[in-house]
Amino acid sequence: MNDLTDITIAESLSKLKAKEISPVELTQAYIKKLDENHKYNAYITLTAEKALQDAHEAEKRYANNTNRNLEGIPLGIKDLFCTKDIKTTACSHILDNFIPQYESTVTQNLLDNGALFLGKLNMDEFAMGGSNETSYFGPVVNPWSKETPLVAGGSSGGSAAAVAAKMCAAATATDTGGSIREPSAFCGVTGIKPTYGRCSRYGIVAFASSLDQAGPICKDVTDCALLLNCMAGYDAKDSTSSKREVPDLSAFVGMDIKGLKIGIPAEYRPDGLNKEVASYWDKAAKILEDCGAEIIHINLPHTKYALPTYYVIAPAEASSNLARYDGVRYGLRVDGNGLDEQYINTRTAGFGAEVKRRILIGTYVLSAGYYDAYYLKAQKVRRLIKNDFDEAFKKCDLILTPTSPVEPFAIGDTKMLENPINMYLNDVFTVSVNLAGLPAMSLPIGLSQHGLPLGMQLIGRAFDEGTIFKAAYQLERGANFVRM
Amino acid sequence: MAVDNETVRRIAFLARLKVEPEKLEDTKSEFNKILAWVEELGEVNTDNVTPLVSVNDEALSLRQDEITAGHISEKILKNAPAQEFGYFVVPKVVE
Repeated sequence: MNDLTDITIAESLSKLKAKEISPVELTQAYIKKLDENHKYNAYITLTAEKALQDAHEAEKRYANNTNRNLEGIPLGIKDLFCTKDIKTTACSHILDNFIPQYESTVTQNLLDNGALFLGKLNMDEFAMGGSNETSYFGPVVNPWSKETPLVAGGSSGGSAAAVAAKMCAAATATDTGGSIREPSAFCGVTGIKPTYGRCSRYGIVAFASSLDQAGPICKDVTDCALLLNCMAGYDAKDSTSSKREVPDLSAFVGMDIKGLKIGIPAEYRPDGLNKEVASYWDKAAKILEDCGAEIIHINLPHTKYALPTYYVIAPAEASSNLARYDGVRYGLRVDGNGLDEQYINTRTAGFGAEVKRRILIGTYVLSAGYYDAYYLKAQKVRRLIKNDFDEAFKKCDLILTPTSPVEPFAIGDTKMLENPINMYLNDVFTVSVNLAGLPAMSLPIGLSQHGLPLGMQLIGRAFDEGTIFKAAYQLERGANFVRM
Repeated sequence: MAVDNETVRRIAFLARLKVEPEKLEDTKSEFNKILAWVEELGEVNTDNVTPLVSVNDEALSLRQDEITAGHISEKILKNAPAQEFGYFVVPKVVE
């Protein structure tokens, strides 16, 4: 074996258990990779020393057979998760000195399973963005870039790039409108946004609370099951977390998919759809069909309204959630003459352009006289979008779509920057899933003619991640995508 | 429903944000582009549709009204930009 960072978590765990490798060696290998790849700007805070200390502890546990599910596995953590005594900024100037005094439930669950943290990963400011270009710490560079530096996708761009470039064994991420799946597709890695309620939101910096959900980004489908098994579960500290039992998701990996019904939504295939994306979509359907699945055509009639619905609801919730940044209790403070002026100076200096844009839109749609016309209307259309999925899932078990209509684009792309809506449109295949609260995975299907990764998305019924894992594993085998 | 400069200024104040005078026109035009786009929702017939507030269909659980975390004022104040005598310090608000 050339490099310990080439292998998956599942493979690492079996070598660790067999004492063929040690957690310290594994951690050192990832730290070396991380040091060689600072150019990608994936990490904004490093905790490598602590990780090495913890690796020594993990070594003892392997020696006395008290090793836990992820003992000694080095992970990267999106900077949206509060980590006790480790700076957590949400990649915003307004929080760039914030040191949480508590641990988020998801990261605590991972620690309790023996995982080590190499550091905090770059992301779009407050997870608002689709290209990681809104980060206060600058954009993440996609490791697949050729001559021109390309975006890693967003908002979890640091997570996806770090996994692709083997700067961690896997990473935590969050998804409000596509923030796990789009960067996974752009960086040729695998990520799952579980059902709303599967993972606790406690200790995750809030963006849009009815849509936010945490999930893993990994090297492959098998690792996603291992990670999600450890991340998910009921938490009394998040009233929206689900009490439903989390089945062992690894058990679904490798299961037969004969007779499984896979829906292909007509509305996701407009005339202008990128030809390569369309042809890979056909290929993915064929792979599943060859494994015994049945392809059926379905309709999701309100698809075209998903993005406008999202861009009312998400900014509305964001404007409320971000009201807490007032320069009084934590974060940046810019003094002013009186309390109001202090609020205004703090928030104007602390938030970036995209965050301000969304706060303004959100404030407007919630303001007196416009609430019914925009916010209430959007919540009604959200119901219709969810109903579309309920109807579709009477006919099929899973839905197959591309993850993104485009391949990774250049950092600073003028078309994306001249009109914010052009950037928003990249989420066209991902936002409906958040509005309906469903689980969905993105996995790499192949390379574009420019040699850049493209992703496919599998959407499941609420709380039926298991079926996604079944089909995703077969699709992964059929696609035979070669990781970086 | 296009917004004017005055509305942008009012909304910015509600959000406690400052829009610099030289950025007002750009902010307004961006605002209007986004509003025109989301107004597509007006095409959808939503008569008798119940707004979807949460996708979570489980009832919220009740718990005993008891203190489960307390005596952590030091931790709470740890990140305060200004604190004194165990309190957050703010500019004078009462004359």
